[in-house]
Amino acid sequence: MSMPEPSGLRMVVCIKQVPKAEQLKIDPVKKTLVRAGVESEINPSDLHALEMALQLKDKHGGSLLALSMGPPRFIQALETAIGMGADEGILLSDRALGGSDTLPTSYALSKAVEHLGHFDIVFCGEETTDSSTGHVGPGMAANLDLPQLTYVVEIEIRDGHVRAKRAVEDGFEVWETTLPLVITVNHGCNHPREPTLLGKIKARTIGVIDDLNADDVGLDKDKIGLSGSPTVVDKIETVELPDRSGRIYSGEAREAVRKLLDDLEAEGII
Amino acid sequence: MSRAKKPKGVMVFIEFRRDHIRRGSIQLIGEGRRIADILGVKLSGALLGHGVRKYAKEAIQYGLDKVHLVEHPILATYAANPYSKVMVELVEKYKPEIMLLAATKNGRELGGRFYVHLQTGLAADCTAFRIKRKNLVMIRPAFGGKSLAHIMCKKTRPQMATARPNVFPEPERDPKRKGRIIKENIKLGPEDVDAKMVQFIAHMEDEATRLADADVIVAGGHGIRKADTFGTLQELADALGGTVAGSRKVVDLRWLSKDRQVGQTGKTVRPNVYVAIGISGAVQHLAGMQESEKIIAINNDPEAEVFKIADFGIVGDLFEIVPEMIRQIRERRPAKNPT
Ligand SMILES: Cc1cc2nc3c(=O)[nH]c(=O)nc-3n(C[C@H](O)[C@H](O)[C@H](O)COP(=O)(O)OP(=O)(O)OC[C@H]3O[C@@H](n4cnc5c(N)ncnc54)[C@H](O)[C@@H]3O)c2cc1C
Ligand SMILES: Nc1ncnc2c1ncn2[C@@H]1O[C@H](COP(=O)(O)O)[C@@H](O)[C@H]1O
Repeated sequence: MSMPEPSGLRMVVCIKQVPKAEQLKIDPVKKTLVRAGVESEINPSDLHALEMALQLKDKHGGSLLALSMGPPRFIQALETAIGMGADEGILLSDRALGGSDTLPTSYALSKAVEHLGHFDIVFCGEETTDSSTGHVGPGMAANLDLPQLTYVVEIEIRDGHVRAKRAVEDGFEVWETTLPLVITVNHGCNHPREPTLLGKIKARTIGVIDDLNADDVGLDKDKIGLSGSPTVVDKIETVELPDRSGRIYSGEAREAVRKLLDDLEAEGII
Repeated sequence: MSRAKKPKGVMVFIEFRRDHIRRGSIQLIGEGRRIADILGVKLSGALLGHGVRKYAKEAIQYGLDKVHLVEHPILATYAANPYSKVMVELVEKYKPEIMLLAATKNGRELGGRFYVHLQTGLAADCTAFRIKRKNLVMIRPAFGGKSLAHIMCKKTRPQMATARPNVFPEPERDPKRKGRIIKENIKLGPEDVDAKMVQFIAHMEDEATRLADADVIVAGGHGIRKADTFGTLQELADALGGTVAGSRKVVDLRWLSKDRQVGQTGKTVRPNVYVAIGISGAVQHLAGMQESEKIIAINNDPEAEVFKIADFGIVGDLFEIVPEMIRQIRERRPAKNPT
């Protein structure tokens, strides 16, 4: 049996709001990405990170803070996190942060974490669906000088000792380390809970969202935003996928299969 | 501080796992060679481990000019913190202008840690590289493969990138190729060990039915409802002379082993025929199979995204369609190949 931590676990989960990947389209004429009208959501693997943290909180007690860096509309994501059970939501928002690549993003999030106090675990998702780098978690571990465990699917904590299972290409690894640490959570490792009605009311009425700006957390202005980002996007090229014939059949199974196989035979596929 | 040396050369992190250099690293030696030759500079490798000297020789045979060999008991198995510390020291000592790692899970978490200490730029999961006015253009799929972003790092050095495995061809091994092995002395102590791997649970790898080599892939998604359905998909695969694979959802549910996952975080495949069964066609899945020669989709939702990239398809219940396909293919077979 596991021993509860004396004061419970202090945890922070970093969440980002992202455009729904499935809805993004390329403008056929301008060949640019169409973002207008695209809904946003919490980055999918961040939901798994939230769920993992909430399960630890259910078991050991403690507190869970959701932290996001971005424009004011990211409040939506924080409200969802509170609805799911996070105690508080913090938005780090500043124009000076605009255009940050992963280096300033992990720096700024780390400074925000330090500003907010001491934590036992900093959680991130495995990667975001919009920038898909997975660098922010390890980058925060480097900035905070903490151990990191990435692509974690299960975690167990006992007397300040951490035992976690991570998914790698050729299997699973079990790792041991101590608190505090940074964890990135593997997409799909659990079933994120839905926000509860009570949680939603809490998010809306009590106004648990706190705003921080660059000065509040003591960010060095040279290290953030476009000027603090070593990488630049030189250009975006749209991918020309091969034209597909798109012969789709429906109706009675036997007949549909016959037509499909006729096509495949005609094309020499079978 | 010593006189500033102009960054020069290309360095590849040689990822070593248990008893072999990982494929992604070998492929990257080939691509690193190409880049180094365009720039007219040397290609070096960083090999960390314990008792791994013979792999340094192997790495040279794939195309390196030299290997920085760092051996220490603490480095025997990969761990982010000590590996990151060693890589920072190597890069600061030799000042490569380009630093490449395979975009494996360890390559990504290692790169994602040590580039912070170097305060430079890191592009993730690149699928192509170009040189533009002596700078590296790091090309990577964005938005699930709908576009390609050309990323550059002009102000800081090294220009760092991780590169997606199985995109670059494996270079030929030349047993006669000679290079220098430079033994590096880097101090490591117990204080550098902040986490320990205590157990490894291996997946079964089936080399005989490697996805990368398959002409026909029959892939199942969450729509197949249970692991057992893969039995039926295997029958279809057998009838078509192919092998089975799946979406990340079926892998997460443990209905299929991880090495059979197709997509952005799984394998990238390009078979002659890809049959997507009960797969919705999420961008992350499409990223791994959209360049297949012919795509066949079977899904009961006519609105499923997967139909948008399908050459052929059937809207219907897979539990009816797939057995019917197997039956009719077998029926046609004798007529086509009389034996
Ligand atoms: C960071 C990240 C990385 C990811 N990497 C990958 C990756 O590498 N590979 C990958 O595949 N996914 C990946 N995903 C997940 C991806 O976003 C989707 O969730 C996943 O691909 C969906 O799997 P699916 O199509 O099997 O399941 P679903 O989306 O649940 O689709 C099931 C489909 O089956 C159909 N269906 C149901 N019943 C039947 C029936 N009786 N007959 C016919 N059709 C039926 C449904 O209409 C539906 O279209 C990643 C996600 C993230 C966030
Ligand atoms: N702007 C952000 N605000 C909060 N968390 C973030 C932000 N960007 C990235 N993260 C966290 O870092 C993880 C990896 O993101 P990335 O490196 O962008 O793929 C995400 O899953 C989040 O947990």
